[in-house]
Amino acid sequence: MATLRDIQRRIRSVQSTQKITRAMKLVAAAKLRRAQERILAARPYASKMAELLGNLVSAADSGEGAPHPLLEQREGPRRQIVIITADRGLAGAFNSNVLRNSLAFVRMSNATALTLVVVGRKARDFYRRRPFTVKRDMVGFWDRLAYSHACELADLFMAQYLEGEVDEVHLIYNEFRSVAVQRPVRQQLLPIPKTEARADAGPPVDYIYEPSAQAILGDLLPRHVRMQVFRALMESLAGEYGARMTAMEAATKNAKDMIEILTIQYNKARQEKITKELLDIVGGAEALKQGAEA
Amino acid sequence: MADRITLEVATPSRLVIGEQVDEAVVPGIEGYFGVLPGHAAFLTTLGIGELTYRIGRDERHAAVAGGFCEVRNDKVIVLADTVELPAEIDRARAERARDRAEQRLSGRSGEDIDYARAAAALARALVRLQVVARPQ
Repeated sequence: MATLRDIQRRIRSVQSTQKITRAMKLVAAAKLRRAQERILAARPYASKMAELLGNLVSAADSGEGAPHPLLEQREGPRRQIVIITADRGLAGAFNSNVLRNSLAFVRMSNATALTLVVVGRKARDFYRRRPFTVKRDMVGFWDRLAYSHACELADLFMAQYLEGEVDEVHLIYNEFRSVAVQRPVRQQLLPIPKTEARADAGPPVDYIYEPSAQAILGDLLPRHVRMQVFRALMESLAGEYGARMTAMEAATKNAKDMIEILTIQYNKARQEKITKELLDIVGGAEALKQGAEA
Repeated sequence: MADRITLEVATPSRLVIGEQVDEAVVPGIEGYFGVLPGHAAFLTTLGIGELTYRIGRDERHAAVAGGFCEVRNDKVIVLADTVELPAEIDRARAERARDRAEQRLSGRSGEDIDYARAAAALARALVRLQVVARPQ
């Protein structure tokens, strides 16, 4: 049976943990809001570009000439997988979901022709301990995530792809569905899937092109790839904060429940102690009285 | 036909300008082009230059670099890699960038230079200085 002081100590310990989890929850909530705003702010550019891309790809389909190299489907075996996680934990299953998912896909791939790119400390540490070729890692940038980070990654992928070092590039990251729901998704980045490229085509427009439709498409595709990477990074960041907020809210609630249980235990123990002391006193007084009578 | 056109300027991270304007002059890859209401559907890549738009008699400017411009149904949509409004331009920094690029191009620094990159940097710096020098 725990002594009163032990219980008190535990209550205090849980209380201070609760303070931390509550603070983390508030911080995550504030950062989540900012991350969500950024996703919204990027939408005008992203949606317009998707539309232009659709129109141009559809137009290019009917035209002559070879398709753009970034659209060309190759049959090579060399696959690159990009795994995006957070730098930090304490975000529920956020990181482990992506890592588990990626490991399954990695194992399915041809090991000799596989390279990895790991984004986020958790992914880096996870794959460092395993026998895979990590081509590049990128950590410690989440707090100042900018479009330039996406460009750096995307340009690396495209350079390798165009050089023929890799034949396909896939992203695995947490998609931000809602504050409480993040889902690991896999997306083929390169070659750009044709169905995806065409998906947002509006009604055909008879543009005057300058310099030419094909040249504009050539300019647009790399930007599309950069934007896809940027979007994946922003979704992952918002997802991380969402997951951390949910996890910390649960932790705060658990701490509260625990404090309640411990408080009840404490009161019970205190009452028992008082009762015991009373009995001792009464018993002692009884004994004295009997001693005096005798 | 509307008597005004809608101008939207967006970068990957935000929508910078969204406004009804009377006229827009955009730096296309093959030169500046003006857009007035009733313009034909037009799609071009952007060069590095100064975007000018006019609302009534009020003329405003922004430095843009790289991207696309679509004109359609009295709507001008500029998707640029970077957009800087006059208030956001740091004149001293642009001057330093200009000097650095000039020095590289003249070959005096002795570094192994990437000519195209230096030339683009110079063009961007000059455009920034031009935009920031406009009467506000």
